[in-house]
Amino acid sequence: MLLEINHLGKTYGEGADATHAVGDLSFGISAGEFVCVVGPSGCGKTTLLKCMSGLLRPSTGKVALRDETISGPPETMALVFQEYGRSLLPWLSVRGNVALPLRHKKLRKDEQARLVEEAVGAVGLDGFIERYPWELSGGMQQRVAIARALAYQPEILLMDEPFASVDAQTRGDLEDLILQVRDRYDMTILFVTHDIDESVYLSDRIVVLSPSPTEVKEILDVDLPRPRDQVATKELPEFAHLRAHVYRQIKRPQAHGNPE
Amino acid sequence: MSGRRRRFVGLGLEILVPIAVLALWALWSAGADSFYFPPLTEILDTFAETWLFERVGSDVLPSLARLGVGYAIAVAIAVAVGVPLGLSPAVRRGASPIVEFLRAIPPPALIPFGIVVIGVGDGYKVFTIAFVCIWPILLNTIDGITGIDPTMNDTTKVYGVRGVDRLRKVVLPAASPQIFAGMRTSLSLALILMVISEMVASSNGIGFFVLESQRSFAIPEMWSGILLLGLLGYLLNAAFLLVERRVLAWHRGARASAEGT
Repeated sequence: MLLEINHLGKTYGEGADATHAVGDLSFGISAGEFVCVVGPSGCGKTTLLKCMSGLLRPSTGKVALRDETISGPPETMALVFQEYGRSLLPWLSVRGNVALPLRHKKLRKDEQARLVEEAVGAVGLDGFIERYPWELSGGMQQRVAIARALAYQPEILLMDEPFASVDAQTRGDLEDLILQVRDRYDMTILFVTHDIDESVYLSDRIVVLSPSPTEVKEILDVDLPRPRDQVATKELPEFAHLRAHVYRQIKRPQAHGNPE
Repeated sequence: MSGRRRRFVGLGLEILVPIAVLALWALWSAGADSFYFPPLTEILDTFAETWLFERVGSDVLPSLARLGVGYAIAVAIAVAVGVPLGLSPAVRRGASPIVEFLRAIPPPALIPFGIVVIGVGDGYKVFTIAFVCIWPILLNTIDGITGIDPTMNDTTKVYGVRGVDRLRKVVLPAASPQIFAGMRTSLSLALILMVISEMVASSNGIGFFVLESQRSFAIPEMWSGILLLGLLGYLLNAAFLLVERRVLAWHRGARASAEGT
């Protein structure tokens, strides 16, 4: 296992006011896998991701990267946030944003420039490298954030609902983009989303979470052929079947409180 | 084209209204025959005689030097102290009573202290200016840093951006709009304190000149000094805005695009 989540739990507050955001979570990710985590809104996905990236210390259990417990953000991990507008630095150009995490890596100047240009090229923004993030559309800004993660050359890339705030057309393009760069950069990806179609389309495995306090409800393999295609893949009966299965898994508990 | 027209009208007003006010003043003072309000033409004549450029070297430059040095010291100290205070809640809590106390001291109360401790030269004037200018910049620096978006802070942590890189590329730019707001407030304070400090224990400077003129009943000279101070304040502010527009161009761009969506 490259990344292992072991009985992870996170509680905010103490005593009677305590909120159990994450109950007891265990699953693993092997090197090279594309794993999607889906769950109902407010099920502690972001908390989980923050614990995995070392930004937040779990209350119980642990997260281990190559058998080493994570206590702070690891060098070999990158994170793409949902709010690209707040994660990119508006005073730096696209080049500056992508280069910023590389500055402490002690690379030669030309090596650093090569990594930055290659990453910006990989997300299709060659002509925009000297532009500022706020001069670009939302979808393009998220591409910049992806380029920043790529240039950092992580072993594992975490993505927190990265395409939740772009329009449907752009979303499809970005999904295909991430599948392409994953092969090119040879990364393991953990992708958090609340979009069921997206999770089925992208992943090798899906981890379905329960509502808060979060537990793993089901882990299922996605055996759809690769490379995936927005039209052909989504036409397959297996796609429809998987999609319906995950949908029922997520929606079922809510049916009790909301009879139709 | 209504936008361009509105700008044109706005610019016209900006030029015409001050001219109209001056004209009214000239008209009124020409017939007033008051000792304290000499005719504007006389004030302007005196202004030209005094400030173009006879007293530039002896009074204007020393004044501006005090202002500039005091202000620069204030900016440097305020930012240098504001950064650790902004970054660490513990340091902030410990320091806040001291900051609140020092900034509550009415600035002119420091003049006697400055004269006794530092002496009557330029030192105490620079000290007074710097001491007063520090607070708006310091408080704004702290606010700017504590207000940095949590997502932005998480981003820098995940990507291992630390130390000097974090300071230069993330923390200071993120706080710079607020720092500039504080610097602008302080600039007008610097001018005020320059004048006040020059009116006490001084042998040159614009403030000294205004007070001396009044004491020797040279009323047109006094008025010309006041006019010059107003003009200086206006020009300093304009120069500041020019610098700010350049340095914070990204800020205006980002804000405009955020409002557009």
